[in-house]
Amino acid sequence: MRIRRITWVWLGLLAATLFSWAVGHRSLFADPRNAGVVILAIAFLKIRFVMLDFMELRHAPVGMRAAGEAWAIGICCVLIALYRF
Amino acid sequence: MPCAGIRCAPERTRPPAAGAVNDLRHDSADVRPAAPRPRTMPHVPGESGIWIMIFGDMLVFSLMFIAFLLGRRDQTDLFAASRLHLNQTYGLVNTCLMLSSSWCVASAVLAVRSARPRAAGLYLRIALGCGLGFCAVKILEYGEKFRAGIAINSNDFFMYYFVFTGIHLLHVLIGMGVLIFMTRVAAGTVDAKRQGYLESGASFWHLVDLLWIALFALLYLLPSAVPP
Repeated sequence: MRIRRITWVWLGLLAATLFSWAVGHRSLFADPRNAGVVILAIAFLKIRFVMLDFMELRHAPVGMRAAGEAWAIGICCVLIALYRF
Repeated sequence: MPCAGIRCAPERTRPPAAGAVNDLRHDSADVRPAAPRPRTMPHVPGESGIWIMIFGDMLVFSLMFIAFLLGRRDQTDLFAASRLHLNQTYGLVNTCLMLSSSWCVASAVLAVRSARPRAAGLYLRIALGCGLGFCAVKILEYGEKFRAGIAINSNDFFMYYFVFTGIHLLHVLIGMGVLIFMTRVAAGTVDAKRQGYLESGASFWHLVDLLWIALFALLYLLPSAVPP
């Protein structure tokens, strides 16, 4: 059932948010650059799930879903590259 | 008029699972589940025009994110020191509020499709409450910054902070207006056109959530990229 899926996604997003906050708030990584990469990767993974399950791109035409996913992956890679290198 | 006096959303509605029609909870006697549609049929949520705006907004914010990280590369120490003045707990609370409001809005759309208007209205009002909570936390946060003598012209980091979060707050306020409109639409008879309005409004609100997720990571959480 769709409501069950979006509820699990919502709980997963909250859990990922808490983990990101812990990574940013405390020194979980010896090298802060790795912490930053993890924070950015988690943020755009969360964004992907918001697009697929809340915005319903999972059930959209292929081109539309591909555009959304390409944006999330593309901008995530650009931001990680700008941050890390 | 096949839909007169009843709630229906013919071609946009996703069909219930086989045998599940009788399990749908109805809010009143004058409602009925939507007509079945093959599960595999692709569906554009809302109006096509709203998606042009959504993708355009995402591209504009992408440029803003890139500009922020380019600025950060030039003034690493300043950005790292300034970030410590932000209250990460406010950012965390606001992220949880945005995610929860998005879940409520997605649930409201599903409730309308299964002909449960009262549940949809309740979900939308809770989402509106989350939006109000977000604004209250933002006012609190801005107030603390101003009292500490921090403003938009303090340095480049706070210029980005106030501009980005200000533009996002404007999106939240517009989105709350959209949620009020959606509450009224959900309370009436929902035909395919009105369901399109609801899905368009929901997509806009999810965009507001999506942008905040990125802003929270970039502004509040991203540590200094300088190795210890």
